[in-house]
Amino acid sequence: MSRVHVTCTVNGDETEFLCDGGQTLLNALRDELGLTGAKEGCGTGDCGSCSVIIDGRLTCSCLVLAPEAQGAAVLTVEGLASGDDLHPLQQSFLEGAALQCGVCTPGILMAAAALLDRNPDPTETEVRYGLAGNLCRCTGYDKIVRSVLAAADSQRTTSQRTNTEETA
Amino acid sequence: MPSGSILGNAVPRLEDPDLLTGAARFVADLAPPGLAHAAFVRSTMAHAAIAGIDVGGAEQAPGVIGAFTAEGLGLDPQPFFYIIPPVFGRPPLAAEVVRFVGEPLAVVVAETPAQAADAAELVEVDYEPRPALIDPEAALEPGAPLLFPANGSNLASEYSSKAEPGALGGHDLVVSGRFVNQRVAAAPIEPTAVLVEPGAGGDDGGVTVWCTSQTPFGARDAVAAALGLDPGRVRAIAPAVGGGFGAKAAPYPEFVVTAWLARRLGRPVKWVETRSENLVNMVHGRDYVQYYELGLTRDGDFRWLRARATANVGAYPAVGAFLPSFTMSMASGPYQIPAVDFHASGAVTTTTPLGAFRGAGRPEATAAIERIVDLAAAELDMDPVELRRRNLLSPDQFPYETPTGAVMDCGDYQRALDQALETAGYDDLRAEQRRRRLRGDPKLMGVGVSVYVEVTGGLSQEYGSVEVTADGTVVARAGTSSHGQGHATSFTQLVGEVLGVPPDRVRVVHSDTFEVPRGIGTIASRSLQIAGSAVFKTAHEVLERARRIAAHRLEASVEDIVTADDGSGLTVAGVPARAMSWPELAAASTGGDLPDGMAPGELAAEIDFDQGAATYPFGAHVAVVEVDSETGDARLVRHVAVDDCGRILNPMLVRGQVHGGITQGAAQALYEQVLYDEDGNPRTANFADYCLPGPTEVPAYETAHTETPTPLNPLGAKGIGESGTIGSLPAVQSAVIDALSPLGIRHLDMPYTPEKVWRAITESAPSPA
Ligand code: FES
Ligand code: FES
Repeated sequence: MSRVHVTCTVNGDETEFLCDGGQTLLNALRDELGLTGAKEGCGTGDCGSCSVIIDGRLTCSCLVLAPEAQGAAVLTVEGLASGDDLHPLQQSFLEGAALQCGVCTPGILMAAAALLDRNPDPTETEVRYGLAGNLCRCTGYDKIVRSVLAAADSQRTTSQRTNTEETA
Repeated sequence: MPSGSILGNAVPRLEDPDLLTGAARFVADLAPPGLAHAAFVRSTMAHAAIAGIDVGGAEQAPGVIGAFTAEGLGLDPQPFFYIIPPVFGRPPLAAEVVRFVGEPLAVVVAETPAQAADAAELVEVDYEPRPALIDPEAALEPGAPLLFPANGSNLASEYSSKAEPGALGGHDLVVSGRFVNQRVAAAPIEPTAVLVEPGAGGDDGGVTVWCTSQTPFGARDAVAAALGLDPGRVRAIAPAVGGGFGAKAAPYPEFVVTAWLARRLGRPVKWVETRSENLVNMVHGRDYVQYYELGLTRDGDFRWLRARATANVGAYPAVGAFLPSFTMSMASGPYQIPAVDFHASGAVTTTTPLGAFRGAGRPEATAAIERIVDLAAAELDMDPVELRRRNLLSPDQFPYETPTGAVMDCGDYQRALDQALETAGYDDLRAEQRRRRLRGDPKLMGVGVSVYVEVTGGLSQEYGSVEVTADGTVVARAGTSSHGQGHATSFTQLVGEVLGVPPDRVRVVHSDTFEVPRGIGTIASRSLQIAGSAVFKTAHEVLERARRIAAHRLEASVEDIVTADDGSGLTVAGVPARAMSWPELAAASTGGDLPDGMAPGELAAEIDFDQGAATYPFGAHVAVVEVDSETGDARLVRHVAVDDCGRILNPMLVRGQVHGGITQGAAQALYEQVLYDEDGNPRTANFADYCLPGPTEVPAYETAHTETPTPLNPLGAKGIGESGTIGSLPAVQSAVIDALSPLGIRHLDMPYTPEKVWRAITESAPSPA
């Protein structure tokens, strides 16, 4: 089978890889690019553990063919932190113990990041619906929801501060 | 605990940074050079003789390295749990008969996972169908088709505890019920996976088995036994493991087959279960039919209990066949019931084998006793809380031996119940319920209360060691295995507590059979209480040796030697300049200049800690549900849990266990059920048909604890891994029935799906009110 050549941006870096036409993006990220943060929990779009953000949209990478990523900007959990500085969501998940086994966590972080992008000040219900595509078998969601709310708070405080600094 | 102690604090987890950044490695994430991929061919029949398997087409497919059946493997049937009689032995690949849909009967290895999966489709199997057998009660009827003819019946296990003749008396009335505790799937988000590399630590003939396991030592032993290797030549490693809940406790036949393949092919081989495989291949939980009768007086005093249970143990008896013994020991729950007559049978059927799933035998006991108590309350027209109070054991009765032989360490059930009711505002809830009923609110409100006691840490021994290494790093080893519980964090806390060292100077080693000499693993909520105690005790032994060395070298008395405030080592109390660092102490320990009577040796200690008996955590839960009378949709809107797991080491870790546990219990009550059609075909083999609750289906939780330390271990800790499930399931179940009670409904079997509830509402007689 001839391999397909794909060029895209992954976590801000220009990337190219070869894949099979029928290979999922999840597979290509994991097997061709070694980015194993996104997990396959079901392969059918039901669990969200494979979630990545493609051109700003939260997507189950198990439902996308790798060649469809041609020209797209893909963000995975590996791209959330900047260097050693955790993303505010990662930081608040750490402080709020929002994970146990952690296998669902990369997907949930991406869903939460996409939610806060759209809605920086969500209510508890909005957080729950924002994460409705993601299953976690360990935590019962409570600590995840609280941690997303806490991250939203801290992000708003930081951006307010930046805004004030900019206007000052 | 002493003040200034880090025990009892919510210390963030050391495991988390790697998990949060995607750096943690689960089995499926590992890809050593030369990796080949296995795909299993699984039975599509519930029960059939195998007339032939043709792997020829698969062998010719692109990328295929080999295709094998039982004949090619030549491996003997194995008992995949130690107490299983040989007559029920399970061949790693089905040889002559398949006994459930999903049973592996051939394996294909290829260069890529897709090639292996495609080639597996080309394997042709010739079946001679035999009758399917789904219902465990029918399986025990005379004349039922036999799964294992050599056994003479489908009875796999039997547990009973007889009451004295004539003891089932003294009652004014008897309430009875038939309760189905339905089959559910553990469904960890990480399915089963195994990667086997030929060679183990320089031994070319050995194997290294990376597996999704709660008990790497069990995986090691299973692989070693099947391949005829000495266990010392099998290195089993459980890296990051994505949840287990009991279902990753016992080894799977795929571990053995993959190990055989890696040795045969001389290259690493990996197998990762798909979700649809997982839902038919990983052990299921529960699946009991129970008949309960409770004899009691008009005043509500319990006199006796008669319990009959049939447990479906699936196609190959495994851990599930043994779980009714837990159900038996917990049959009377937290109540004083003078006489109990219990009998349970485990029946083989043509379904996925049953194993441990969170609670494992105890939710079955708790749900049944709480259900019969609720029925009794309804019969007496008494508040269910009042009836419970009358019959709860009191703290001065401990240690208490139940009529079915459990010896319970300690308990204060009233206190847990009081606290749960107070937190929930029970009287206000009942008042609100009355108001809503009066105004005919179409959202039916229900309140459910459960009181439970459970058993943890029954396999009471575990390995632990602590060693101060040359550079001063403290290494703690434990025979248990973490898959989300946070052992690295809690064991680091324990070591830090004793030796005063900061977390970054501690390394916790577990889940690698070459790095830890022996162990049992993480089952039955045992890790902190037993392995934690082992680490705690050995840390104390290390401290005592170090203090004697320091006293000798610093010319002080042992009593004056304390841990340095900065964690660097030991010092003479009040004279920080007179100190020895941990590296100095480690070097001194092996040197010549030691106190009288001390032999040179590592600054280390190890122990097989044995707490001698099980511990019995308990608690009380209050659930509030709303049932939409028009759609049948039942929602959990509040859940209050007061759990007593003895002394709490890290409340953050405990909260995690409780929340997850509550959710799994509530999910069984409201949403989850594994279903088969009458031919034994699974009807719930994906996440669209098998519905795990998502974030919109559960509320925020209200949790609290009472702390009744167990006298059985130095930490005073009892298990907390399963309590949430054991307590929540009956509370949520009771709340739904309570919501429906004005319609005259006294019992419905779980799960309370909208369709089932809607039908019950529609068919119920109009309310007499
Ligand atoms: S793996 Fe993509 S949704 Fe489950
Ligand atoms: S933390 Fe284990 S599945 Fe979410």
